[in-house]
Amino acid sequence: MNRSEAQEYLRNTHMPTVWCPGCGNGIVLKATIEAIKNLKYNKDDIAVVSGIGCSSRATGYLDFNTMHTLHGRAIAFATGVKLARPDLNVIVMTGDGDAMAIGGNHFIHACRRNMDLTVIIFNNNIYGMTGGQYSPLTPTGSYATTSPYGDIETPFDTVELAKTSGATYIARATTYHYNLLVKYIQKGLAHRGMSVIEAVSQCPTYYGRYNKVDSGPGMLQYFKDNSVLLSQAKKMKKEELEGKIIIGEFVEIEKPGYVDEYEKIRQRAEATNSAK
Amino acid sequence: MSEKKFVIMQGDEACAMGALVAGCRFFAGYPITPATDIAEVMSRELPKVGGTFIQMEDELGSAAAIIGASLAGVKSMTATSGPGFSLMQEAFGYASMTETPTVFVDVQRGSPSTGLPTKPAQGDIMQARWGTHGDHAVIALYPSSVEEVYRYIVTAFNFAELYRTPVVFLMDETLGHMRESFYLPSPMEFDIVERIQTNELKNETVYQPFLEDSELYDDIQPLVSMGKSRFHVSGLFHDESGFPVGESEIASQLMKHFINKIKLHLDDILIYDTYMMEDAEYVIIAYGITARSAYRAMKLARANGIKVGLFKPITIWPFPSVPLKKILNKVSGIVVAEMNMGQFSHEVSRINKRQVPMQTVLREDGQLISPFDIVNALTNLLGESED
Repeated sequence: MNRSEAQEYLRNTHMPTVWCPGCGNGIVLKATIEAIKNLKYNKDDIAVVSGIGCSSRATGYLDFNTMHTLHGRAIAFATGVKLARPDLNVIVMTGDGDAMAIGGNHFIHACRRNMDLTVIIFNNNIYGMTGGQYSPLTPTGSYATTSPYGDIETPFDTVELAKTSGATYIARATTYHYNLLVKYIQKGLAHRGMSVIEAVSQCPTYYGRYNKVDSGPGMLQYFKDNSVLLSQAKKMKKEELEGKIIIGEFVEIEKPGYVDEYEKIRQRAEATNSAK
Repeated sequence: MSEKKFVIMQGDEACAMGALVAGCRFFAGYPITPATDIAEVMSRELPKVGGTFIQMEDELGSAAAIIGASLAGVKSMTATSGPGFSLMQEAFGYASMTETPTVFVDVQRGSPSTGLPTKPAQGDIMQARWGTHGDHAVIALYPSSVEEVYRYIVTAFNFAELYRTPVVFLMDETLGHMRESFYLPSPMEFDIVERIQTNELKNETVYQPFLEDSELYDDIQPLVSMGKSRFHVSGLFHDESGFPVGESEIASQLMKHFINKIKLHLDDILIYDTYMMEDAEYVIIAYGITARSAYRAMKLARANGIKVGLFKPITIWPFPSVPLKKILNKVSGIVVAEMNMGQFSHEVSRINKRQVPMQTVLREDGQLISPFDIVNALTNLLGESED
């Protein structure tokens, strides 16, 4: 996809973005556009909902029906959009803090309901907008402005959390693996039910600086060197996988979701109503 | 088929059934006493009319979901009580900022905190006005009977659409749980303000969701549903296109718009009833369930030769300053009765420039105010003016 093809889906008058040089958000944004373009979706039929944070600014740049909502609540807003207008393809763009900390409850419940949403989590391991605090996805031991002695908490594994909660399409890739990212987002969009795509992304400004990986390209190199495909990971020992990023498709199953099941309720209720 | 149907209905049920008449087709809520019955009725009735119900994981999610649904083009409502209303406040502010038509029902119970879950109170009057952070305009309605609940929930939806604002619909535990009989108004009796659908827009029009001088309406741009218009909404200060702008001038202009869109339509928004005010020397001011006791107190006092009338606001916010000032100018004593420690009476005293003698009957212990408490206050007032 060349520049002008991507621009067809962007609100070009609102450029440049607020993102720092070297930030990975633009890569995830482009991958999302390419996935939508491949699927030939009509721009009018797409709603994108975001929360608060660096990644959540993405909605302002996309030429779809867009909502920049409240910190942590993007999935709940998107649930309302989807249920009111099942004809729309509803995408959630959210960050690791937005989705996993303040929005964690909405995340697990949307998974449990198998809500027909495509949730793209931009995971840069840090709160960028507020200046570099640790998040629930910050690796243990990492430095942040609120973990000056190193983070003592254990991070969530987004994939495991989504799996346990009931999401029916789950994948992870990094900004280094652009083509995989496109493929997974595309499959997530086409999937009927709750799709979760974790896009591991880089924040050179805060996470990189505090953890001595000093540049965007440097962090991409790190993703390249430390990512392991799921098929390979299955053959590796637990110790060998220490500190590695496992990428791939983790779950892809068909299961009834709220949107389709509710339509059945509607038909039953309307039938009883008219029978009276 | 214009024969009127006589019904017996519970307040919460009337709220749900009236909302359906108003065109509400999406409800998101979380169980909480004494508002749960509204969710129960909605879960049963909405799918029958092609609508959608969802029980969310909490009140934060419920408020977010109704705003999402409304922006997508469907009239939406949630219902809760004080603790849940507290949780909804951030989203309430988002609805104000994005001018999204929504209805938030708050069936008040003893408060603060978990308070007295099964007992009535009127303690959320100020929360309805100032619950969310920052300045904003708000409309809050508070009916006083089951029939009024049924009628005014329709008004709440219409106001939400017309003025593009969240509307607080206040009730209380007694109003929510009691059953009353009334003639069910026919749906034809109501004027319903419909949402403009996206296909009604002309092709060449670039829809500006926050345009102030709209050709479609006097001064408030109607919201169109998602689709062809492809607009952006944000909780940040924004220009008429909806995109964030950090300039003070635009922020100030938007704030003025929030305030003015309500202020310039007070004639339409302020709803109140007056009883026996023609020759009244005294006035009782009461709203919600307390207005019922006040009405009885007025009758008792009249039987004893006291010329007293009743002012019953339905619109609590914006505060009915203009009609109340007219009344305060001609009476020689005021009694304000409310089930809180003086939230509305504080506003009354703020406009009582002539310092007309005033008595308050206040309680927030989960008990209704008795008509006799109000008569006693009136008697004290008479004693005061004789001194």
